[in-house]
Amino acid sequence: MPSDTTFADKPSLDQSHFCADPEKTKLGAIDELRTEGPISSFWSDAWRALRRRPLFWISVFLIAALTMIALFPGIFTSESPTHCELGRSMDPSTSGHPLGFNRQGCDIWARVIYGARTSMTVGILSALFTALIGATVGQLAGYFGGWLDGILGRIVDIFYAVPIVLASVVVMQVFRDRATALSVVLVISLFAWTPVARVARGAAIEAKASDFVTASKALGLGKYAILLRHILPNSIAPIIVTATTSLGTFIVLEATLSFLGVGLPPSVLSWGHEIANAQVTVKTHISVLLYPAGALALTVLAFILLGDAVRDALDPKSATR
Amino acid sequence: MTTTALASLAHLAVRDLSVSFQTDGEPIRAVRRIAFDVKPGEILAIVGESGSGKTVSSRAMLGLLPRTARIEGSAQLDDTELVGLKGEAVRRVRGDRISMIFQEPSTALDPVRTVGWQISEALRSHRPLSRKAAMARAVELLDLVGIPDPEVRVHCYPHQMSGGQKQRVMIAMALSCDPELIVADEPTTALDVTVQAQILDLLHDLREKLGTAIILITHNMGVVADLADRVAVMFQGEIVEENSAAELFANPHHPYTQHLLAAVPHLGKPRPAIMDEVAPPPVASRVVMAMRDLHVSFPGRIGSPPVHAVRGVNLDLHAHEILALVGESGSGKTTLGRCAVGLQEPTGGVIELLGTPLGSVSARDLRTLRRRLGFVFQDPAASLNPRMSVGACITEPMKVAQEGTVGERRARAAELLEAVELPVEFAERYPHELSGGQRQRVSLARALVMRPELVVADEPTSALDVSVQAKVLEVFVRLQHETGFACLFITHDLAVVDMLADRIAVMKDGELVESGTADEVLRAPREDYTKALIAAVPLPDPVEQALARQRRRALRAATRQ
Repeated sequence: MPSDTTFADKPSLDQSHFCADPEKTKLGAIDELRTEGPISSFWSDAWRALRRRPLFWISVFLIAALTMIALFPGIFTSESPTHCELGRSMDPSTSGHPLGFNRQGCDIWARVIYGARTSMTVGILSALFTALIGATVGQLAGYFGGWLDGILGRIVDIFYAVPIVLASVVVMQVFRDRATALSVVLVISLFAWTPVARVARGAAIEAKASDFVTASKALGLGKYAILLRHILPNSIAPIIVTATTSLGTFIVLEATLSFLGVGLPPSVLSWGHEIANAQVTVKTHISVLLYPAGALALTVLAFILLGDAVRDALDPKSATR
Repeated sequence: MTTTALASLAHLAVRDLSVSFQTDGEPIRAVRRIAFDVKPGEILAIVGESGSGKTVSSRAMLGLLPRTARIEGSAQLDDTELVGLKGEAVRRVRGDRISMIFQEPSTALDPVRTVGWQISEALRSHRPLSRKAAMARAVELLDLVGIPDPEVRVHCYPHQMSGGQKQRVMIAMALSCDPELIVADEPTTALDVTVQAQILDLLHDLREKLGTAIILITHNMGVVADLADRVAVMFQGEIVEENSAAELFANPHHPYTQHLLAAVPHLGKPRPAIMDEVAPPPVASRVVMAMRDLHVSFPGRIGSPPVHAVRGVNLDLHAHEILALVGESGSGKTTLGRCAVGLQEPTGGVIELLGTPLGSVSARDLRTLRRRLGFVFQDPAASLNPRMSVGACITEPMKVAQEGTVGERRARAAELLEAVELPVEFAERYPHELSGGQRQRVSLARALVMRPELVVADEPTSALDVSVQAKVLEVFVRLQHETGFACLFITHDLAVVDMLADRIAVMKDGELVESGTADEVLRAPREDYTKALIAAVPLPDPVEQALARQRRRALRAATRQ
């Protein structure tokens, strides 16, 4: 006999009256007070959801490894990336030089390892700055609305309309040979903050309409206090998601600029330069191109996987928590 | 057991129907092996609170559930098995043999097509009719559902009609192919009470005229008492009791049914014992909030005149009293409530709050003044900041006012949680871990943290299930008696008002229609509008409701003359 009610339990075919066994129904379940179990805040829930995803751990492992490489490249290779001998040009791999040599006779493995720092720096700092600029502009526009929203909204539109590679090419001319990783970060941050701003504006408008904001206003909380205490904490999740998912594209953008020769000066090691230099030998020795390109692809993939996992954990619409 | 003999009698026979939803974790069992019959011409009400599975079970029959749903069991309409029906076969059943009426008429109609087009489209998808014949039938149907001038209105777009008229159009569409069964899912929940009464009358008449069987899904016991022949009560995915409507209301057997019926506020019944346990404090003559000739208008869209939300309202709220502000949607009651606490600036007139005229105070003084006020909002999901713990939410007003040390605030939060009958450990938890009713109790605790003299509660229980609402109201009234705050209680629910209000003010189209003590307004209303409003409230008792329906018809006939 199953524990559930079935039609067979009904007394007669007329079934003028049917009443389930009261013993089977726990009325205590009406508006139950749950005091056991772990406290579940938004962030602890998100962490619990994140922890269960294998893709999250794969991306974390990759990013941890890349960070180590970026911080301490010396651990991973004893070769100097700038020690080049033309006599070894295009030599195949030998002991101590696992990937062989490029046209200038430099160790490819060493150059790939040392190039990681530029990509990681540019990616992480750009994501951070775009998030800061975008969040500030978006939150102010969304929260205050009116003419401020009008002006900031048009500025966002203008920056959104400019093709970022074209804009970077022009602005990077200012730095010329003095360009460093930071100047690339600056240029990217200047032009790539608009998606974050749009997301932050939407989140602010949504949070602004909530009763708890009206309640705080009614309590006498000041405008900026409401923004900081209520609006921002409720908008931070989509901002983080947008920033993490776009981090990978910033790394690609730096490589693109360096490849085009308007990014970093040749003195700075970058995967973009390696790819550009490998062009000449692409027909004869494709591997020279594949190693830096592969490293770039892997890094971008790691961050995009992380962004996806974080979005699934933070966005209540996409996840079933 | 001879199910075949039964099937020949029953129009719809549901047996062992189960629905579960696949999720990341455990599958959610929304409906657990339910069984019921609907005979030709019968109205079966499926009653339950949110999450009881009442909507899911009926949608399962029509194949309207998302892909994650797993449906088991059987639902036979005559000899057609509905569970597992696919593609063309299910399309032929939907709209033709079974049709649906949805809760929200404004989203269920396509805004870019005329209502006539939509009705004839429904017709032509099942019947080989010419466009012209279908339109003619659409006019007939609109006439049947009581739309005036159907030949003209058939060319209207949904936005040109009122909510009640849109619901009539939805009903006309549901009737278009003479279905054997109509599934009405909360057909009147989104409507005002006077409009609801008209729609209920319409469904009543249509049943008499056409003899269509109806499954009425609702949480409103008054609607059930008004329409249903039989009632099935659902709780946590199971049918716990099924009986004829008269018997079920008169003699509920299952503890849940008893609990549910006891929790339903009943207009005109004596107040529940708990409300009278504490003697109401003497109504002091001191005026806490006064409005004189108050006007509020909002600028209309370009080219259209401004909207007058409040027009010349005079209102006094005395210390220690609960004044219920009653009205239908668009009556201006919420705007008036916002004015009362300085959240909305009036365009004319004077508001005196706690002895201070609001027009003359500086922003800083207004902020200090507001600390002596409390608020409770309608939506329990939006009234607490989801990123703050319950304790932080409750004591936020103290923090804003820079009052008390961290320890004192914590103690005050514990004290208030106890007052609203929640465990003190809840202070550490987050709003989304609480049920709607528990969140509203937390909102109440927050409103009271500064020991306010005036609390404005805007529909604080209308988003809650009845069994939960009862608890919130009980806590609310007890705290009001204990601490003696004056309260402006804004609501559309007269039955709730009857439970707790000392005085009542009725609003219509921005004007105050009638005000007086609760007894005066509810038992001896002077204005026609108040009378109509009271008559429209469906009573959760089939016998009383049948009488009320007669009275309402008489009243309508009288006012027409």
